[in-house]
Amino acid sequence: MSRTWVTPGGVHPPENKHQSVTQPIGQLPIPEKLIIPLSQHIGAPAIPCVEMGQQVLKGQVIAQAAGMVSIPMHAPSSGTISAIEHRPIAHASGMLAPCIEITTDGADTWIEHEGISDYEHISPRKLIEMIGNAGISGMGGAGFPSAVKLNPGRQRPIDTLIVNATECEPYITADDSAIRERAGEIVEGIKILSAILDHPHHIMIGIEDNKPEAIEALAPHVEGTGISVVVFPTKYPSGGEKQLIYILTGRELPAGKLPADEGMVCINIGTTYAIKRAVIDGEPLISRVTTVTGDAVGTPRNYDTLIGTPVRHLLEHNQFNEQAGGRVVMGGPMMGFTLPSADVPIVKTTNCILAPSYAEIPDDEPAQPCIRCGMCAEACPVSLLPQQLFWYAQAQEHDRLEAHNLFDCIECGACSYVCPSNIPLVQYYRAAKGEIRQAREEKVKSDHARDRFEFHKERIEQAEREKEAKRAARREATQQAKADHAAAANGSAVPSAAPSTPATAAPAGAVPSSSAADIIAAAQARAAAKQASPEDQRAKLERTIASAEQRLKMAEEKLAEAINDDSGKQDKLSAAVENTRQKLEQSKSKLAELAE
Amino acid sequence: MIELIAQNPILAALIALVGLSIVFGGLLGFAAEKFKVEGDPIVEQLDELLPQTQCGQCGFPGCRPYAESIANGDDINKCPPGGQSTINAIANLLDVPAPELDAEHGEESEVKTVAYIREDECIGCTKCIQACPVDAILGAAKLMHTVIADECTGCDLCVEPCPVDCIDMLPVAETIADWKWSIPAKPGQMIATDRRGEVSPAVQNEDAA
Repeated sequence: MSRTWVTPGGVHPPENKHQSVTQPIGQLPIPEKLIIPLSQHIGAPAIPCVEMGQQVLKGQVIAQAAGMVSIPMHAPSSGTISAIEHRPIAHASGMLAPCIEITTDGADTWIEHEGISDYEHISPRKLIEMIGNAGISGMGGAGFPSAVKLNPGRQRPIDTLIVNATECEPYITADDSAIRERAGEIVEGIKILSAILDHPHHIMIGIEDNKPEAIEALAPHVEGTGISVVVFPTKYPSGGEKQLIYILTGRELPAGKLPADEGMVCINIGTTYAIKRAVIDGEPLISRVTTVTGDAVGTPRNYDTLIGTPVRHLLEHNQFNEQAGGRVVMGGPMMGFTLPSADVPIVKTTNCILAPSYAEIPDDEPAQPCIRCGMCAEACPVSLLPQQLFWYAQAQEHDRLEAHNLFDCIECGACSYVCPSNIPLVQYYRAAKGEIRQAREEKVKSDHARDRFEFHKERIEQAEREKEAKRAARREATQQAKADHAAAANGSAVPSAAPSTPATAAPAGAVPSSSAADIIAAAQARAAAKQASPEDQRAKLERTIASAEQRLKMAEEKLAEAINDDSGKQDKLSAAVENTRQKLEQSKSKLAELAE
Repeated sequence: MIELIAQNPILAALIALVGLSIVFGGLLGFAAEKFKVEGDPIVEQLDELLPQTQCGQCGFPGCRPYAESIANGDDINKCPPGGQSTINAIANLLDVPAPELDAEHGEESEVKTVAYIREDECIGCTKCIQACPVDAILGAAKLMHTVIADECTGCDLCVEPCPVDCIDMLPVAETIADWKWSIPAKPGQMIATDRRGEVSPAVQNEDAA
């Protein structure tokens, strides 16, 4: 057995995992409606590629990936697209987000799909493409698109592949039961990953020692494959990416770095199963194992749930006792959040629906003042100073918060769990992170506005300068002309005047050097030219009249329309009509004059 | 010579002091030239803190002129878009007590707004384009104009010049992407009967007062 390291801090909350593993993974009837949010992952939301009323088959693409860091969405069952609109989704804000609703037909007809079994002979690029097209994102919690995680182009080759089967949060047994029943397929998925990553030296499955059945189930499948199952003592939170990497390798990931920067890839065990299904069976990610547990449900157990299944559907098929609980939490008791309503759908990252009774998880006690006991600092798995962060978050001292590495906080909730004063510490950190992020965004925006303002000022000033230069040139020209004129008028009287150029020699149009006589001559010439072509003038006038008539007609139509729907624009429009009519008449009279 | 100095401690001290002052004076003079500060850094720092809406509500044509004015001793509470947080930041920088926002220059608004042109009413007069300090309005004479929402700072300078009043300042709706958690109520302010975690109205009122 390989060596493991021990992370600092951590807590041991009651596990409550045994309730939901008494029965095998269940299947639910297909819900009447499936709601698929377009953003179930980190990155750009997918773009719908179906229309209202369109028939879709199970596994058909209904929304396409938008750019590099994004994934497509697939229909989890066959049916008709019945809505593409904003719906409540599983988000702590309770806000709406764009979703596609499918009214299922119950037939559950698959679209044609085909996998490949000899993945060893297929280029990693092609395999990654398959994973991307299957819409697979991390199923552990963050939902990072797996294809992006596996993509080459990194500076370091990957020497370690870590499969996260820790599942450290109380109540949740989705990964546990998946391993018990699907160990073979999971190991197959890990082998595919190994092929993609060019067979890394170390392939480890990290698992806590509270899942002996799962460990046993994995053992026969990993034999002789070079994959090691590393078992370590149960402690919350061991399943965080950075925590697990430290436990298994003793390497600490620097702040702000990704595992790939250190030559590692860390992937959830549920995702490896999805990858196997995608590559070997050609099935996109349309279902996942979700734990339904808590005292308020009849039989706590795991279900193979279609993505998009409303939480209410899960609860109704499990004798949900609304009186006993009333609250429904998505995720576990430590990091989960209370759902705004039970109509929100299951998404690719939903590992647990927890419906506790009040006796089981009472409402938060009112927070008392901090007594500076320091228990939070002992519990912190990232060795932060939760108490300091708490003061600074209250005082909104963003610089200090950043100096105390607020952004390394994984929001595991261990500090809140141990706090004897029941202070909701994590909520302070989340709020402070949000404010700092917003301040950063505003800073970027205000810098941009400053640049634009400065450019705007510069542009205005330049236009002003150019105008001023032109004005000066013109002034000079007039003065010159005046002087020339005076000189010409009484040349002998002002002998000291500069020798003026003969008026006739100056080319017409060269304003700065032309004399007044020239300007006059040019103007006369222009006037004569105009007079000389009455034909042109008539043509022009006729054109004017034609277009004015057109305008008048349009304006009158508009006016009639406005009067019809009484939009209050009649005054303005009738004035416009009057105006056009006058212009038309003017032009007509001019034409008449010309004809004479 | 050396003997003379040795005999007269006062002379020795004088020479030593003069020598030292020449050396250090030279050093300081050199440093002043070598590490000369270009411009007025305090203006830069103040300008960094101001919100860059360029709205002119402070009475200056833009944020930088106001920053310059603050550097010359003007009041720091004339910026409504920045609000109390900007006043606090400036007070912190200048090490002066933070005053309340001067109501004469406007009120701090809770929500951010952007300008929106009701396009079918726009007559294409270009007056708003000329008023916009950040060139965020697109259009040409006698053609419809529109606001580039991402560039708009919400200064509302374009609203007043519009001859047909077709510009609205619309609040920016919060989306899931920019939603953030709120700071919980201060510990020790809830009474034990508030089991549902909400603050009782009495406590909230007290807080506001």
